[in-house]
Amino acid sequence: MAIKKFVVGAFTDEAVLFPAVKKVRQAGYKIHDVYTPMAIHGLDKAMGLRETSLHTAGFIYGITGTTTALSGIGWIFTSDWPLNFGGKPHFSLPAWIPITFELTVLFAAVGMVLTFCYLCQMAPFVKKHHFSLRATDDHFVMVIECTPRTNVAEAQAFLGSIGAVDINVQDAETGWWLGRYDKDTKPFEMNKTAIV
Amino acid sequence: MALLKYESQVRPPLVNGTKDYHQVTEDIVRPIEARPGKLWWIGFLTAVGLLCFGMYSVYREVTYGIGQWNLNKTIGWGWDITNFVWWVGIGHAGTLISAILLLFRQGWRTGVNRAAEAMTIFAVMCAGQFPIWHMGRVWMAFFVLPYPNTRGPLWTNFNSPLLWDVFAISTYFTVSLLFWYCGLLPDLASVRDRAKLKWRKFFYGLTSFGWTGSTKHWQRHEALSLVLAGLSTPLVLSVHTIVSFDFATSVIPGWHTTIFPPYFVAGAIFSGFAMVQSLLIITRKVLHLEDYITLEHIEVMNKVIVLTGSIVGVAYLTELFIAWYGQNKFENWAFMQNRVNLFSPLGWSYYLMMGCNVLSPQIFWFRKMRRNLTVTFFMSVIVNIGMWFERFVIIVTSIYRDYIPSSWSTYYTPSVWEIGFYLGTFGLFFTCYFLFSKFFPVIALAEIKHILKKSGENFKEKMGDAEAEPVEEFAHEMAHAH
Repeated sequence: MAIKKFVVGAFTDEAVLFPAVKKVRQAGYKIHDVYTPMAIHGLDKAMGLRETSLHTAGFIYGITGTTTALSGIGWIFTSDWPLNFGGKPHFSLPAWIPITFELTVLFAAVGMVLTFCYLCQMAPFVKKHHFSLRATDDHFVMVIECTPRTNVAEAQAFLGSIGAVDINVQDAETGWWLGRYDKDTKPFEMNKTAIV
Repeated sequence: MALLKYESQVRPPLVNGTKDYHQVTEDIVRPIEARPGKLWWIGFLTAVGLLCFGMYSVYREVTYGIGQWNLNKTIGWGWDITNFVWWVGIGHAGTLISAILLLFRQGWRTGVNRAAEAMTIFAVMCAGQFPIWHMGRVWMAFFVLPYPNTRGPLWTNFNSPLLWDVFAISTYFTVSLLFWYCGLLPDLASVRDRAKLKWRKFFYGLTSFGWTGSTKHWQRHEALSLVLAGLSTPLVLSVHTIVSFDFATSVIPGWHTTIFPPYFVAGAIFSGFAMVQSLLIITRKVLHLEDYITLEHIEVMNKVIVLTGSIVGVAYLTELFIAWYGQNKFENWAFMQNRVNLFSPLGWSYYLMMGCNVLSPQIFWFRKMRRNLTVTFFMSVIVNIGMWFERFVIIVTSIYRDYIPSSWSTYYTPSVWEIGFYLGTFGLFFTCYFLFSKFFPVIALAEIKHILKKSGENFKEKMGDAEAEPVEEFAHEMAHAH
């Protein structure tokens, strides 16, 4: 995976963060991410992130559970092991509702959590680059990704002008375990001559 | 000032004192970073002691058989299943707080949800012990799982409420655990990022799964929490409904009632909130979290207790009325002779149940009582005793004097190993709770921070100016806050 250069600035107040996100985007910088200690509603929209599809995944896992339960019990009680319960029909759907419901919930929940962990690349022993340790405490840490065209000093000054504190520059490897196998490991150092 | 979200000053603050985000982290993580105190060790070792006694009791039961318990020919389900239903019921409050109140957008849940969810998980763990060890030949316990086998294939009976229970309890445990742990991830990351000691860095690094706090991750986390809450809400109702089916689908007078599902669910929430009160009144004191678990929280939970307690009361009376109105001789006997008759062998338990569950919570109609910690703690214990007796009444009084007087077994008292098993689950529960309160943040850190600016005391004060503005202008600003 590629090691990239990032300009990092922290905000201490949501009321400053929201206009700052807007200004940074308007100025044409690429926001790599904003790390926050808690969920901030509306920040994803302000950053232009699309809505997550996790709900849809959950629905699909859920109906998989429903289907598994109904087809499983249906096959067992009508074909594999048809027992006679006091002359009642082998295909006794009402009695299967509880288990069908439980399996629907179980599949949806387990599937969604696993998907969540996969999408966020979270598991025990995963080592990630943390831009600021205060991002889990009281700082809203904005990280701007540098492209070969970015003037780092200017970006730092710009962050300062819109209210960021603790501004610094970091080289970091971010991304997925499975990797998007970028050919160049340090894209921000390549093609310098081409830009000039 | 751009207000992120507005909450009226009329509502009392949910976080007291002058706090900023860092102070919240400090307050909640401090007990984790401190060395455990004397009280913690005393409590923990007592719990481990009880657990050991419980394990020995179970060892006796497994070695010598179910005969170690004083169950007999008509009382096949005595203390064991009473305890099972009692523990499952206690678990329900956690899910109610974390899931149903999330859907209802109740801000006050954030102060208590973490501990309540932990309580749910430990309570369900305790509950699960009873049916498992009650199987007798516990090494065959996996027979309850449907899997292709060489015994026929011999499948489980999917039409049986007892099998529904297997699915309900195991699903409930799994989903509660996932929900709880997903909520813990950001908070464990907060502890990790403050850690100075090597083992702490390792342990919290491991348990926080590499959480960074990325906006995209938060977006998914919120979506996940909401959907899990949506799934848990019908789940929690289904679990105690299915537990009540264990009784209601039978033909035993006293059990064969359609009122059981809602009545059990209300009772479960009732006893669960009582247990939450017992735990949190002590936890907030010992860990100095009075600013986060405020009197408001205690009061709101007491309101839930008086509501659910009264629902349970209505259910008791309905049941009684229908027993008389239904004109079924056996049903009538089960109620009028085995329960209501104070001079019958177990009649006292019915009045104990009524007194603890229906009459005593009525003092929570008074605000002064709802806000009194001593009264609340005392009542929370009373309610749990009452709810234990509710299950005892339902189970034992319905079966100890059945159709044939010659098989009446009026002499049922539990054996020491039956009691030991019950005490052992207290050991298990409190061992887990003590470990949880020492190593995990007992309050949902990120969620408190989320509501801090609209419900924190020092931020709410500023709302006065906003409210003084002309209504139209104010409404306009609110509508366009972000």
